[in-house]
Amino acid sequence: MSINATLLGQAIWFAFFIWVTMKYVWPPLQKAMKARQREIADGLAASERGKHELELAGKRSADVVREAKERSGEILAQTEKRAQKILDEAREAAKAEHARIVGAAKADIELEATRAREQLRERVAELAVAGATRILQREVDAAAHAELLGRLRQEL
Amino acid sequence: MASGGLTTSEYISHHLTNLRVGEGFWTLHLDTLIVSGALGLLLFGAMAYAARRASSAVPGPWQNFVEMALSLVDSQVRDTFHARSELVTPLAITIFCWVFVMNAMDLIPVDFLPLAASAAGVHNLKVVPTTDPNLTFGMSISVFFMMIWYNLKYKGIGGFLHEVLTVPFGPWFAPVNLLFRVIEDLAKPVSLALRLFGNMYAGEMVFILIALLGVWQLPLALPWALFHILIITLQAFIFMMLSVVYMSMASEHH
Repeated sequence: MSINATLLGQAIWFAFFIWVTMKYVWPPLQKAMKARQREIADGLAASERGKHELELAGKRSADVVREAKERSGEILAQTEKRAQKILDEAREAAKAEHARIVGAAKADIELEATRAREQLRERVAELAVAGATRILQREVDAAAHAELLGRLRQEL
Repeated sequence: MASGGLTTSEYISHHLTNLRVGEGFWTLHLDTLIVSGALGLLLFGAMAYAARRASSAVPGPWQNFVEMALSLVDSQVRDTFHARSELVTPLAITIFCWVFVMNAMDLIPVDFLPLAASAAGVHNLKVVPTTDPNLTFGMSISVFFMMIWYNLKYKGIGGFLHEVLTVPFGPWFAPVNLLFRVIEDLAKPVSLALRLFGNMYAGEMVFILIALLGVWQLPLALPWALFHILIITLQAFIFMMLSVVYMSMASEHH
């Protein structure tokens, strides 16, 4: 065991390696490790946020579905009401049309009947005159009997 | 495995002799300087390589390993050293990693590298740099000076002198306090250096003695090596931890 100048050499090596570690080893590694720690923390926070957002979106989608169901029920009810209304209106219109057509037909029949009665009335007078002529077997003065015939026509 | 022509004591002292150049104080242990330097360059070069390519993306296996080891050291430092410092964590990292790899040279069977070296014409080679007290004292005295520097940096000259003269017995016993403080502070580097040196020297000695047993070294060398892994790690850790504690004591006010 002898202490000599090797000690100085070793101290120089020691100082040199401390310098290397201080300048080229520890700071960059520490920086990388800190950056990684931060990234991991950020990633965890982001995933937490994502989970939360997913929950919110689930709630929102349930809301939307419920609202849509309500709306569709409402629309269905409205449509039914509307269909009922259209049906009722159509029925009303058909009834009115029916009444109108029937009324017109009745009026026509009435008119025809009146006209036929009128014609019959005319023909009855003529027939009566022709019958009377045949019965009497002689010429009847039409003019003389006109007044009588007129009265008869009135009576019919 | 005593080489032919060597007695047991010659074999042992051959293994414990450094490769040296120079005379007197200006002797240099080339093996200690070269092995520790090469290991340090390799290790810290590889770490700097990992750190240069480090990114916050998924780390590769080497980067992952370095990060794991360094953050382990860093958490120890954080637990012990409370002031803010750019120096203490790199200091702890350097001590732990460097001492660990130098101690780990012990696990290479004792004759491998010396025989290879003697084949290349180098006749003495002490492979484990931490069995050289020059290395352990070189490190511990460096730590001692950093300690003094931190005392002055955090307490100022006045605060430091006040602490030296008044702790622990108060101002009336200033000479006693000063004496205690000098002994205490001198004991730190000495104990730091001798603890590491003693453990590694003894461990290496046991390896050499086992190697002398011929064929019986096989069942003995393995258990000792396995046990030695513990000592290697523990001694590196203790050197690091005590240095951090000393730095922390230097930076804290009483």
